[in-house]
Amino acid sequence: MKYIDEYRDPQLARKLLDEIRRKTTRHWTIMEICGGQTHSILRNGIDQLLPDTIELVHGPGCPVCVTPLESIERALEIAAKKEVIFTSFGDMLRVPGSSKDLFMVRSEGGDVRIVFSPLDALQIARVNPGKEVVFFAVGFETTAPANAMAVYQAAREGIENFSVIVSQVMVPPAMRAILLSPDNRVQGFLAAGHVCAVMGYAEYEPVTREFNLPIVPAGFEPVDLLAGILKTVELLEEGRAEVVNLYGRVVSREGNRVAQDTIAKVFEVTDRQWRGIGLIPGSGLTLKAAYSSYDAEKKFNVTHICTGESPLCKSGSVLQGMLKPDACPAFAKECTPGHPLGATMVSSEGACAAYYNYHRTGFPI
Amino acid sequence: MTITPLCQSPILQHETVQMAHGAGGRLSQTLMQRVFMPHLHNVFLDILDDQAKLDLPAGRTAYSTDTYVVSPVFFPGGNIGELAVNGTVNDLAVGGAKPMYLSAGFVLEEGFSLVELETIVISMAEAARKAGVMIVTGDTKVVGKGQCDKIFINTSGIGSVMDGVNLSCRNLQPGDTMILSGTVGDHGMAIMTSREGLSFQSKITSDCAALNSMIAAVLEVVPAIHAMRDPTRGGVAAALNELAASSSVGIEINEPSIPVKPDVRGACELLGIDPLHVANEGKLVLAVSSEYTETVLEVLRSFEHGRDAVTIGEVVDDHPGMVVMRTAFGSRRIIDLPLGEQLPRIC
Repeated sequence: MKYIDEYRDPQLARKLLDEIRRKTTRHWTIMEICGGQTHSILRNGIDQLLPDTIELVHGPGCPVCVTPLESIERALEIAAKKEVIFTSFGDMLRVPGSSKDLFMVRSEGGDVRIVFSPLDALQIARVNPGKEVVFFAVGFETTAPANAMAVYQAAREGIENFSVIVSQVMVPPAMRAILLSPDNRVQGFLAAGHVCAVMGYAEYEPVTREFNLPIVPAGFEPVDLLAGILKTVELLEEGRAEVVNLYGRVVSREGNRVAQDTIAKVFEVTDRQWRGIGLIPGSGLTLKAAYSSYDAEKKFNVTHICTGESPLCKSGSVLQGMLKPDACPAFAKECTPGHPLGATMVSSEGACAAYYNYHRTGFPI
Repeated sequence: MTITPLCQSPILQHETVQMAHGAGGRLSQTLMQRVFMPHLHNVFLDILDDQAKLDLPAGRTAYSTDTYVVSPVFFPGGNIGELAVNGTVNDLAVGGAKPMYLSAGFVLEEGFSLVELETIVISMAEAARKAGVMIVTGDTKVVGKGQCDKIFINTSGIGSVMDGVNLSCRNLQPGDTMILSGTVGDHGMAIMTSREGLSFQSKITSDCAALNSMIAAVLEVVPAIHAMRDPTRGGVAAALNELAASSSVGIEINEPSIPVKPDVRGACELLGIDPLHVANEGKLVLAVSSEYTETVLEVLRSFEHGRDAVTIGEVVDDHPGMVVMRTAFGSRRIIDLPLGEQLPRIC
């Protein structure tokens, strides 16, 4: 399969691994931002193949994981309403609120549907004029353009029975928050390839200068990841604080201008709570005033709902690369994908789920 | 009473299932005579008793049941009717039985198209003929609009277990070879990519097929095969995990050896789904002592539904109950049971 097979070539992977071993003279800690990359690393066992001197820590780039519990509780409240068709990307359905998840709402009679695009949700609104269709707009810069487009289209067509719960977050402020933490160990980043496809990589250049570290936009396949790690190691060894793009087939310096314009039409920057981490200033997107009638939380008056996390869940430390999932006392004991305490154990991109699925304790390597 | 199927007027496009079709009265009889009997009739069914009276061969009898609720009812490569026949035929066959007789129970939703129902019944008749089984008893109920999704079918089947064959999921031995009869994930991805709301097109077709003749042939040659599974829901991953757990052994499989069609792989990539977790309806996983590996492969490959048969791994002493994959890169990872519904990734 073109664009896949060549990036999963075992021989090429071995060459890159040899090169990484050859270039590495000391211990380096590198964070891959994106949960998709985390899963690819664990799924392909890349962490097992790297020299001990290269430590990968897993970043907060899992939209499901960082969506605050309040948003989930509000979504559950809205989804249970009789007049509502609640639509969401599939991953959000299993994320537990304080007492239930969206699957349970569905089993209790709620009309909860998985969609693959917010534009599909808008189509459901078009053909169900007697229903209120709500879309759970979560995600990083990758999902923001399509989510913005759905709202923009709804406004253009005057569709009033459509609204969104917005929990959009952005990568650069999260990187800053991690680097500013007194416990930070990250010395270089693999930047999330698909976020960079939308936003370009120019926005990381100030981060490299400010914090004096390399950032390498990379893809998701094993060869992409190994090439990204190799480049990061080279930059670290040479003391170069630069952005070097290794995902050239998808990412440009400027990114996708049309997508950026669409985001800017509908959304504006806001402070945002990250589940497990806390408030990160300027890290989120919210609907502009002109589109506030599409804000489901206001439409259904659920903004008062607040809630707290399981005290056992250490997902905040996991999401900031301070704790490996299997070092959490609850890992694979109180907390499993069947009974997740936090979203990092739920999502297909969550680091805890990746460790559980591919590497859990007792696994013979 | 023996009835001869009457020459009936064709079913009209606009005709639909009515509540009265399931009420046991005149319309029920009409449904039997116009839709079911013309296609399914045989010496047992024609008698129209409430039961079929069967002569079974001496020896052990296998008995299995399954209920089919697939959506959409018609999917690329098949429909719920042939799925219901082939599924139960395969459930019997992987136990080492030669499937003989099936029952068929229908739950129909009020308003379901009679033309579509007849198409499904014709497929069942054709699938039964191909598999060499007879549908010998049946039942139809109608529920109100919205109380089921178009049509649900239950089939039960009985078959006669082949002499000298002792297949069980508890029989795996360290050193056994794990063999897979062909590509994985075809059925599940055919269903997923044809569901409403998934706006991409593919040429993926279901692998829905009866495997009983292939299974009988391989068991004739190698009756000592230890275990067989048809990896339906949960895919090959679930089948392997069940086998490993039941026999308290480990299973190690090689990633590059798992055959996946390019279209299925592409769709799985897009949706973020592991092909090993995707359902199959015409595939076989088996465990056999390694000295028979080549013989088994040779027999399987002589059949249409086994021509892509391959060795995918082996049974080991280590990590009992756990299935481990050796990746193309030389690393290893756990192959776990899929958890609940398959969810597409979001970015």
